[in-house]
Amino acid sequence: MIDTATETMIETDTMIEVRDLRKEFTIKRKIGRVRRETRTVSAVDGVELSIARGEMVGYIGPNGAGKSTTLKMMTGILTPTSGHIRVCGLEPVPRRRRLARRIGVVFGQRSQLWWDLPLRESFRLLGAVYTVPRAEHEARLKRCRAMLELDEFMDTPVRQLSLGQRMRGEITAALLHGPDVLFLDEPTIGLDVVSKQSLRAFLAEIGAGGEVTTVLTTHDLADIEHLCRRLIVIDRGCVVHDGTLEALHARYGSRRRVVVDLDEAREPDVRMPGVAVEGVEADGRRITFALDGVPAGELIARIARDGGLRDVSVREPTIEEVVARLYRQ
Amino acid sequence: MAEPGVGQAYARLVRAQIRSQTQYRLSFGIDVASCALGTLIEAAVVLVVFRVSPTVGGFGLREVLVMSALAAFAFDLADLLVGNIERLSTYVRKGTLDTILIRPLRVLPQLLATDFALRRVGRVAQSSVLLVAVLVYADIDWTPARVVMLALTPLAGCALFAAVFLLGACVAFWFVESGEIANAFTYGGKEFARYPATIYPGLLRRVFGYGVGLALVGYQPALFLTGHADPLGGPTWLAWSSPAAAALAWTIALLVWRTGIRHYRSTGS
Repeated sequence: MIDTATETMIETDTMIEVRDLRKEFTIKRKIGRVRRETRTVSAVDGVELSIARGEMVGYIGPNGAGKSTTLKMMTGILTPTSGHIRVCGLEPVPRRRRLARRIGVVFGQRSQLWWDLPLRESFRLLGAVYTVPRAEHEARLKRCRAMLELDEFMDTPVRQLSLGQRMRGEITAALLHGPDVLFLDEPTIGLDVVSKQSLRAFLAEIGAGGEVTTVLTTHDLADIEHLCRRLIVIDRGCVVHDGTLEALHARYGSRRRVVVDLDEAREPDVRMPGVAVEGVEADGRRITFALDGVPAGELIARIARDGGLRDVSVREPTIEEVVARLYRQ
Repeated sequence: MAEPGVGQAYARLVRAQIRSQTQYRLSFGIDVASCALGTLIEAAVVLVVFRVSPTVGGFGLREVLVMSALAAFAFDLADLLVGNIERLSTYVRKGTLDTILIRPLRVLPQLLATDFALRRVGRVAQSSVLLVAVLVYADIDWTPARVVMLALTPLAGCALFAAVFLLGACVAFWFVESGEIANAFTYGGKEFARYPATIYPGLLRRVFGYGVGLALVGYQPALFLTGHADPLGGPTWLAWSSPAAAALAWTIALLVWRTGIRHYRSTGS
């Protein structure tokens, strides 16, 4: 182990640093009986990002955008075509084994538990694989057992666990060696509402500690809303947004909506700047307004003044909306 | 691999794998029994051949049994230790090699430990008993050199077959449906090694017998043990060259392995 000293020095508070990262795949396609056509596809095409210690970042994008590929390069599974990556100050592929001790990885679609053995056994084995000191192992396991309520199925073979139970086991497995960085690739995929909520609550608590840096990819944007202050959006191999959720809404002009129900059909006089009628339903008795920087109260007051207002609801812009808009561009 | 506790980690992985396999007791029992039966059938085939013909490739029953038993034992040992590397093609196809790569252990020993197939123990036990029986039957005139040869050959042969297994498995990194190509070299190689090199036509003999080194696993050592000169005029040192051949094969196999791992694409999300 050559340069431990340099590595610790480089390792400031930036836990993940990625510059101009590229991954190309060659795809062979049959044309004719024997002839093949070789095509090069860029799965990741110049991704740049930098993540500080303790951050919890949502990494999202449509299918095939390059999320998983980036994650796999950051964890040392895939060799990049070109570019610069440092995770915990280490270059993932050449320092794979060393890095593995410092990161925890959960793949929603792959299990790292031993299928035919009780959950308890998997944890014990991982303790041996990562050579975790017994006391540390016990302490972390105890915490996970309490918070994720593992006790009722600790002695059940993994193959008999429900998806929700198994996922709780997977997360525990990724945390037992006390990683600095946690990579979660679609951890809530396929889970029911209750399981999702309890998993999110647990992850939020892990994140609140501020010691673990987390990168989360997901298609369930509610995960992001609940957990991540920062959002990195990738599309066709490039980062198209990096910032808070609010910044994303501001940038793409997400608008709040006010829906009013009237006693009888009429056309309220709402000619105000920043207000647009978006839809009229129920024979003109339900009207949807889109607001752009106008306080909802002002609009509602204006309509109420004319009388006949039965009901009002204000809808916040949803993350789905803005992300869908982003993907379509 | 000098880190403390790493050896223990592998031992735990093997034990876990054995526990997983023995969970299904009946199927495990059937597996062990059928593996062992395979060895007996293979030995019977040699006897059947000699009922039809008094010599095979210019050799009598005694010599052929020795080369056959040596090759079979080396192969079965290799099959026990690394045979399950053939599952690599499944890992590559499904992308499950990911879970191996995220652990702080070397990939190859980890795969061998997590896929260790205890049922093949039955086979090794059978072929070692067979080897002893054949050596007794062959009534070998033991000299110190022959004892060393006997100790060396199965180990070098095992290493050579293991390298072939590994190379065969590596094909999966480039060609997804690769199972049969690998089997042709592994199981085919074993069959090749069990019979005198003299029965094969020139090109086949040169490529597989001495190119791949399969004639060094059974044929050449058996000549040395039974005190036969090589009818093809091969020098005596050929019988001693199996460790070098095994080392060369491993060097190549490990190079291909390293390249293959870099080539891994991790399909699926």
